[in-house]
Amino acid sequence: MIRTPLRPLARILSARDRGANPDAIERENLRRRHEEMQDKSRARAEGRLLVLGLVFFCAFSAIGARMGVVSVSEAEEPEANAIGTPIAAQRGDIVDRHGRILATNFETHSLYAQPPQMVDPVASAKGLKAIFPDLDEERLIRDFTGKRKFVWIKKRISPEQKQAVHDIGDPGLLFGPREMRLYPNGTLAAHVLGGASFGKEGVNAAEVIGVAGVEKQFDGYLRDPANAGQPLELSLDLTVQAAAERVLAGGMKIMNARGAASILMDVHTGEVISMVSLPNFDPNDRPAPPTSGFDPSVSPLFNRAVQGLYELGSTFKIFAVAQAMNLGLVTPETIIDTRGPIRWGKFRISDFHNYGNELSVTKIIEKSSNIGTARLAQQIGAERQKQFLASLGFFEPTPFEVVESAGAQPLLPKNWSELSTMTISYGHGLSASPLHLAAAYATVANGGHYVSPTILKKEGVQHGPQVMSEQASRDSRIMLRRVVTEGTASLAEVPGYAVAGKTGTADKPKPRGGYYEDKVIATFASMFPANDPKYVLIVTLDEPSENSGSEPRRTAGWTAVPVAAEMIARVAPLLGLRPEIEPRVQPSVTLASN
Amino acid sequence: MRGFIYVLTALAVFGLAFWAYRENYATQQALRETKTLQRQIGDAQAKLAVLRAEWAYLNRPERLMELAEINFDRLGLLPLRPDQFGRVDEVSYPAEPLLPITNPVDISSMSEESDP
Repeated sequence: MIRTPLRPLARILSARDRGANPDAIERENLRRRHEEMQDKSRARAEGRLLVLGLVFFCAFSAIGARMGVVSVSEAEEPEANAIGTPIAAQRGDIVDRHGRILATNFETHSLYAQPPQMVDPVASAKGLKAIFPDLDEERLIRDFTGKRKFVWIKKRISPEQKQAVHDIGDPGLLFGPREMRLYPNGTLAAHVLGGASFGKEGVNAAEVIGVAGVEKQFDGYLRDPANAGQPLELSLDLTVQAAAERVLAGGMKIMNARGAASILMDVHTGEVISMVSLPNFDPNDRPAPPTSGFDPSVSPLFNRAVQGLYELGSTFKIFAVAQAMNLGLVTPETIIDTRGPIRWGKFRISDFHNYGNELSVTKIIEKSSNIGTARLAQQIGAERQKQFLASLGFFEPTPFEVVESAGAQPLLPKNWSELSTMTISYGHGLSASPLHLAAAYATVANGGHYVSPTILKKEGVQHGPQVMSEQASRDSRIMLRRVVTEGTASLAEVPGYAVAGKTGTADKPKPRGGYYEDKVIATFASMFPANDPKYVLIVTLDEPSENSGSEPRRTAGWTAVPVAAEMIARVAPLLGLRPEIEPRVQPSVTLASN
Repeated sequence: MRGFIYVLTALAVFGLAFWAYRENYATQQALRETKTLQRQIGDAQAKLAVLRAEWAYLNRPERLMELAEINFDRLGLLPLRPDQFGRVDEVSYPAEPLLPITNPVDISSMSEESDP
């Protein structure tokens, strides 16, 4: 690089000759040199800025391009993942408390046709008709030879049928994979499981959605891929459920009942071990819901145990008595005036038989005296009765995890008068489902703690708030035991299991008001073993009549009770309960604490 | 010296390129194998699900009850009932074995000598 001198001798000398200041030349040169330096560094800075700008531009366009690619491209499973993604079924299984399958998925195929690709539409239609007799051959030929490009033929076909269709050999007949819901046990626990059907359908897959029961309640859980095939564990016990269904079906037939329901519930956890409602259906082939008629209970889809709201009759009496004892109004030995009938306006309360002028509280339950319970209810009063029944869960639909239970709002009197207080004390004027009754009886059985009925498997005791004292609960159990040993439910005696319970026979209300003379709902609410109850069993028969005698007997003591006794005898050994000699009640010993 | 470094660098580039080439193909092979294995796992799981469903179907209480009834002659299976429970003291234990006789007493009047 040639450096221009600041004081070039030639110019200096000539400037001196002219008498000018040579310093001006030096300054001028210095200025030029500085300008040059400035220009150079500016150019360098500009170049750097350009490079930096280019780098940023490239970086942002790379990111932008990548984002575009990611958003446009199809999602893909990571292939190189060494652990391997579990290939989960589309919908989780449902299993019972011991892991036995109640509902699972099964891969089948759907059959569709693409008429433009068909070689011989008429022969194919004939072949299909031979395989599926329910198809309409005329219609198939019309569809295959017409303008249609796509025809669904069958939603689900078996592997044998698939092979048969394959053997027709027409390239226009195509199969799509279909996952279907399978209930291997058929009608078992049909009302709890509900059923499933197809949602959105495509050629390659179809959505399976729950339509009723736990399938609908837990639809989100079952379909959530995050659960990765984790089954839904129910509290049901398959063997117990099967035994209960068999006994109840037999009982329903013998007692000539229209329908029947039973609930077996663990008193400490609220788990429902078995729930039967008859008549039932096969969830693999769920019948269509009834479209006509104002009585939904005619349909086999109707879950009597959960949806059926009935006046449960004398089974309610124990609540009035338990509350009176809990409030300290009476003791089991208190004598109550039972002279009747009680007249209230044009309404009169009377007993089935005349039980004399006075009865002890224990005898009231034992004999099932309406008048006695009505008198106790009068002492309790409407407000306190309402509060107590509400705490037992009679004012709300049960929190049971089956979709239908949310609609079972108990029917309460609009105006809770003193008369309502009296009639409700013996189970008339308030309609609730057998499941409500089971939860309330579990409260009496487990020492006074409310338990909410559940269909999910639970670990350990699930006691809710204390509703009545331990003492009141124990005394009530002793009374209920006496109903079986000496009172109206004598047929419920199962040797070794010390059954305690209360019968209830309520006249069926007519749909247009009033009550039928010869149609009843017979209920037996029981718990066993009475000295330390583990299970509550509710058996309800709809319009039973036992015709072995000279005239039909309809009371629960003759209808529901023997069925319940047979059920306990069948089911208790399956639950792992050994028959035991009942410890004697020792009324002289008073429990006390310091 | 400089030429030697050039040759060395070129060789290193060749070597690395060859290594990358091999790794690329090895990775692709591994991916293919993974895919196959995953498909096999999927098929096996589907098969397992079918077998489980079939097991559940064959073990449905209704069918077992029918089978028990059909084979009643041979098996004699009855529903479980409370009266089938027993207590431990109802079980008969095998009798205690008799103590060995160490000093037998001859009580027969007939002795060997008197035999005819």
